[in-house]
Amino acid sequence: MSILIDKNTRVMTQGMTGKVGQFHTVNCKAYANGAECFVAGVTPNKGGQSFEDIPIYNSVAEARAQTGATVSVIYVPPPYAAVAIDEAVEADLDLVICITEGIPVHDMLRTRYRMRGKRTMLIGPNCPGLITPDEIKIGIMPGHIHRKGRIGVVSRSGTLTYEAVGQLTALGLGQSSCVGIGGDPINGLKHLDVMKLFNDDPGTDAVIMVGEIGGSDEEDCARWIRGNMNKPVVGFIAGVTAPPGKRMGHAGAIISGGQGGADAKLAVMEECGIHITRNPAEMGRVMQRVLKGG
Amino acid sequence: MKIHEYQGKEILRQFGVPTPLGVACLSVDEAVAAAQQLGGALWVVKAQIHAGGRGKGGGVKVARSIDEVRNAAQQILGMHLVTHQTGKDGQVVRRLLVEEGAQISTEYYLGMVIDRSAQRVALLASSEGGMEIEQVASHNPEKIHTLRIDPVAGLTAEDAARAAHEIGIPDTAKGEAVKLMQDLYRCFVDKDAMLAEINPLVLTADGRVLALDAKFNFDSNALYRHPEIIAMRDLDEEDPAEIEASKFDLSYISLDGDIGCLVNGAGLAMATMDIIKLYGGNPANFLDVGGGADKEKVTEAFKLMLKNPNLKAILVNIFGGIMKCDVIAEGVVAAAREVHLKVPLVVRLEGTNVELGKKILAESGLPIISGNDMADAAQKVVDAARSA
Repeated sequence: MSILIDKNTRVMTQGMTGKVGQFHTVNCKAYANGAECFVAGVTPNKGGQSFEDIPIYNSVAEARAQTGATVSVIYVPPPYAAVAIDEAVEADLDLVICITEGIPVHDMLRTRYRMRGKRTMLIGPNCPGLITPDEIKIGIMPGHIHRKGRIGVVSRSGTLTYEAVGQLTALGLGQSSCVGIGGDPINGLKHLDVMKLFNDDPGTDAVIMVGEIGGSDEEDCARWIRGNMNKPVVGFIAGVTAPPGKRMGHAGAIISGGQGGADAKLAVMEECGIHITRNPAEMGRVMQRVLKGG
Repeated sequence: MKIHEYQGKEILRQFGVPTPLGVACLSVDEAVAAAQQLGGALWVVKAQIHAGGRGKGGGVKVARSIDEVRNAAQQILGMHLVTHQTGKDGQVVRRLLVEEGAQISTEYYLGMVIDRSAQRVALLASSEGGMEIEQVASHNPEKIHTLRIDPVAGLTAEDAARAAHEIGIPDTAKGEAVKLMQDLYRCFVDKDAMLAEINPLVLTADGRVLALDAKFNFDSNALYRHPEIIAMRDLDEEDPAEIEASKFDLSYISLDGDIGCLVNGAGLAMATMDIIKLYGGNPANFLDVGGGADKEKVTEAFKLMLKNPNLKAILVNIFGGIMKCDVIAEGVVAAAREVHLKVPLVVRLEGTNVELGKKILAESGLPIISGNDMADAAQKVVDAARSA
């Protein structure tokens, strides 16, 4: 089992014909059942063409109607990416995964406002995507470091997610699904939303939650976990050493006005029963210990 | 991206927000001429640096004669202004704003920020003007009136009027205050701001509202559509290393430790700094080379780190996804040769093409210390820095 996506998911790629879109489409198609899963591309004015035998349509609605794809992944450049999300939401897709980094915050504010009352879920932007190992990979993560199993991973960062996954795999702990929710301040699914899905997934036994400085999403998730989660959670927060007021690469990673510091987040998480570690090299081992009941 | 107060006020005026008249000056003579040009009998001489808390640090002075303007300008220009936002070395003052003085009756706080959890623009208003809003938030949170603005309706006159009432702006000035808040919101959205602060917003003795200060932070992701804001960038206010880094699309922030870090990805870069600290070392920088680093970028990253005179060792921590370990290894070897690296270098590679990458490092003939995993690499670099 898994969350959000599996081998039966059918995906369209918005921005498939750009350099980035092409590169990752080839890789995703080559992973597990990718050849069956990636069924359409969307690029305005290129309808009727194809790339790697994947047909291209002019619009999301058309791609959905012609192929039955209900999930979209977006590699559209930043100035047009929010509009691409809007189009996928208008077409009533189940899930939109926006990889694009650098979308203006005010664009995302408007897009999130338009999403109110719609059923479409959004992951990202500025995220690595998500993967259900040995079934389907939607995004830019290296597929080969994953291994099928029963640990869920949810994280705001890209390579730090790979680090967590790499540690799990090295210890023989496979993953049910791994979700990168992205490093932007205004985004779609939060830690909390993904945690609820893992809690309900019979194929997930435990979850690693990787957070960062900035905002209060990790605290919100932790407070929910305390009263509701029936599976163990291991947590790490990056940025204990980050100075206040500095944007550490991710637009969302900024400590402002004393809010969003790593120590405060870790304290709340620990209080809520999450097995925290302050050592990013120990995420896998802490999970191993927790599973052994230690 | 931050700008100066005088630039912020220019923007505010474009949107109809009333501010005192003022002139930006680079010298004492200019300051005196500005005061004479402005006329009147009361002026304020204000240091223009990007950090807040200037008043407390001695960077804002009231002058009641032209001589006092001259004295204030002499004192402030060139000073190392230390505030709670500058760090202990302070920031050199290169510019002044000379303004007509206002007869202040009451001070308020008005701010706008992006509220992440509500996913809206939030208006913050308080009767506690002139104070740091963070202080008010922790000691007197009830004195902050917060309003989350509907992006379609915008800031309505009703909501703005309620905010004005809540913070005690008298009814006689309500109309002006409402207009000011609505103008500020329009400005905030049009200019892609992440933060706008008017602190203090004042009620003058003759009953007008006036923005006495202006602080802005703009979304760097949106600067492509705001050349007028890019033109306001003042490189003197930024860390030279960070400016250099931005030319090569590297994300770099100077810290006060002695272990340089070169990492791919912001989250992993922060985690690398954290583990160095955890193992008893001190990171010299945050450096994210991004997803598409090539030999040139890695070389530039090494040069940047080596400009730091305190640097004792370097840790390269790469989890290759899109980025292949062999490409990084080639970059590291080329960079180490080009810069004639003298400090110990620990490299940890993981991910795509890792074996090939490790082979390139091993066969380079360079004294590169290999880290097996993140913990091993961190321990080795901390040890290397200690014995250096």
